Amino acid sequence: MEKQWFTISVYSENNVGLLNRISGIFLKRHINIESLNVSKSEIEHVSKFTIVVNTTKDWTKKIVGQIEKQIEVIKAYYHTVDEIIYQESALFKIESHLLFDERQIQNIIKESNSQIVTVSRDFFVLAKTGRRHEIDEMHDALEPYGIMQFVRSGRLAVTKEEMPISKILNESYQEK
Amino acid sequence: METLREKKEETKKPTTIRISGAEAIIHCLLAEGVDILYGYPGGAIMPVHDELYKFQDKLTHILTRHEQGATHAAQGYARVSGKVGVAIATSGPGATNLVTGLADAQIDSTPIVCITGQVPRHLLGSDAFQETDIIGISTPVTKWNHQITTVEEIPEVMAKAFYLAKSGRPGPVLVDITKNAQFDELDFSYEHCTGVRSYKPVPQPNLEAIDTAAKLINSAKKPFIVFGQGVILGEAEEQLRALVEKAGIPAAWTILGLSAMDTDHPLNVGMVGMHGNYAPNVLTNECDVLVAIGMRFDDRVTGSLDTYAKQAKVIHFEIDPAEINKNVTADIAVLGDSKETLNLLLPKIKENKHEEWHNTFKEKYKIEYDAVIKDELHPTKDGLTMAEVIKEINLASEHKAVIVSDVGQHQMIACRYSKFKQSKSNITSGGLGTMGFALPAAIGAKMGAMDREVVAIIGDGGYQMTIQELGTIYQNKTPVKIVVLNNGHLGMVRQWQELFFESRYASTVLSNPDFVKIAQGYDIASKRVSERKDLKASVEEMIASKEAYFLEVKVEKEDNVFPMIPSGASVSDIRLK
Repeated sequence: MEKQWFTISVYSENNVGLLNRISGIFLKRHINIESLNVSKSEIEHVSKFTIVVNTTKDWTKKIVGQIEKQIEVIKAYYHTVDEIIYQESALFKIESHLLFDERQIQNIIKESNSQIVTVSRDFFVLAKTGRRHEIDEMHDALEPYGIMQFVRSGRLAVTKEEMPISKILNESYQEK
Repeated sequence: METLREKKEETKKPTTIRISGAEAIIHCLLAEGVDILYGYPGGAIMPVHDELYKFQDKLTHILTRHEQGATHAAQGYARVSGKVGVAIATSGPGATNLVTGLADAQIDSTPIVCITGQVPRHLLGSDAFQETDIIGISTPVTKWNHQITTVEEIPEVMAKAFYLAKSGRPGPVLVDITKNAQFDELDFSYEHCTGVRSYKPVPQPNLEAIDTAAKLINSAKKPFIVFGQGVILGEAEEQLRALVEKAGIPAAWTILGLSAMDTDHPLNVGMVGMHGNYAPNVLTNECDVLVAIGMRFDDRVTGSLDTYAKQAKVIHFEIDPAEINKNVTADIAVLGDSKETLNLLLPKIKENKHEEWHNTFKEKYKIEYDAVIKDELHPTKDGLTMAEVIKEINLASEHKAVIVSDVGQHQMIACRYSKFKQSKSNITSGGLGTMGFALPAAIGAKMGAMDREVVAIIGDGGYQMTIQELGTIYQNKTPVKIVVLNNGHLGMVRQWQELFFESRYASTVLSNPDFVKIAQGYDIASKRVSERKDLKASVEEMIASKEAYFLEVKVEKEDNVFPMIPSGASVSDIRLK
């Protein structure tokens, strides 16, 4: 089976130790987490993990099964790139003199729709939000001029289909 | 804990008492019906042991000789009784010594709660004396774990620990309690946990799937059942027997499913897997419908997955959704508690006999009997076989004993040849294969079933991994029967070396001490048998004894366990020699 990019969304209780439990599931199967974001979700007191992996669909299914098995996980989903709307953010730190010495950089800033976050005597910082390939392209364009520092965030994704967490939680209460 | 959102029983607000955290732990245990626990004291758990001293009329603390022994004893107790086993240890090395038992309980779905002391909250993360991150260490080998750092958390977390250990697919839970939380006081009241909102212990059975499963079973010409521990954990033994008899389906067991069905039942066709019986292994690849009940298609059961039951439609009855399609793809998955789903299935099942198909099993059994079983049970050579010892134990105990086996050749022989009438009678380390399991597990099993005969079958290798638990037997006068099948080797590894490593016996030859003298040192009645003429009487004497008894049997040194599916081979390529 072919490897693909999958975005795994995990809704869980906000509990110390759960990150360790979830990351262990990947570690045990030697699957690298390409990006990870943990934040609050649309539901109060419910956390959301967004995990990006490059592996087969079979493995992804099994991993999601193991994640859902964890006591504090409410529900986990996996989606392909077509099934989600996502953004990633990146920061580029670049020497300030390049802004004047290399006019092409100004074009890159304009064409990439990035923002200048700050400018100081020694360096300036560009922020770019977009899809993975857009950030990669901007990185490739800036690299020849020298990037002092680069960092990219974990993927933030919402899905096209519904993830009915509130419903699951309500049902869970009513059963008892 | 506020984020965990347990559902509590809605009762009137209970009255509270002002007590220490350590005393609160005792009250929690009593509220959960615990009357015995296994443990070892130490600095960070001393307040709890101090309370155990005060409550010894209600709660018996069994001092094992090593914390690993405490976990295995708790496992043995849980497996034989169906209740939650409890082990308690101090921080640091006390806690890390629990890891093997936790991992064993995790892979064999055994409900145990382990309580560990921890350094005071203000010292956490300072590399204090006997501080270790037992939460981090135990995470992969527990169903759930939690560190309590404030006294108020104790009742809620303890209630949740017992609920999670026992409900759904059972497993081990570890609760780590900092020393300050044991000393501090709280207004104590206790409510049982009845649910956790993010946790669904038992999936709702899908009636459509059950319907399809019934149709498939009814139309099958060569149906075959493989059952596992899920039948025992779900207490579905009667339902399994009813299904087998009504539909006339030959049924085989995984190592942990053993004793869920009378071993002498005419439709019980034996064990599947690496050292299982010939017929059920070979015919796995000839059946047209494979009904798997409460088992997880472990690699020791399936051999090569590429050639496993490819011709068959697979129906998988299972409580844990993560097991579905994990190793073997199910054509029909029936999620739910085995008792509930089988009860829903049974009325839809048509009566059948499948006599011709069943005769195929009998023919294959005959092949195995002639090639293997006959010489094992009725040897003509001088040396004693492990199987004839098991046979004598069966006879002397009238098939009623609880058999606790360790890991290795003797374990395979014990499981192949033991006879059981009653469920929860076979206790062994299946998934993890933990040498040293049997002696402490037998102690727990005996204490969990005082009215039953408990016989530990152990090899000379595994025996020495937890031999110190003879001290526990001595101190508590626990009437367990210990049989060491001594072949002077780490037999199973030696067998593999003979078959696959050109007989290079690397580190598998054991120079053993005088085991009888060691038993005598612990004041345990003991005997050594090395000749066939003495075997029967010695086993009978052991079984007749009202006290602990140690029997060493010197068996043939280089016997191999057959049949055998070589690692990675197909179940149909099982070797008879």
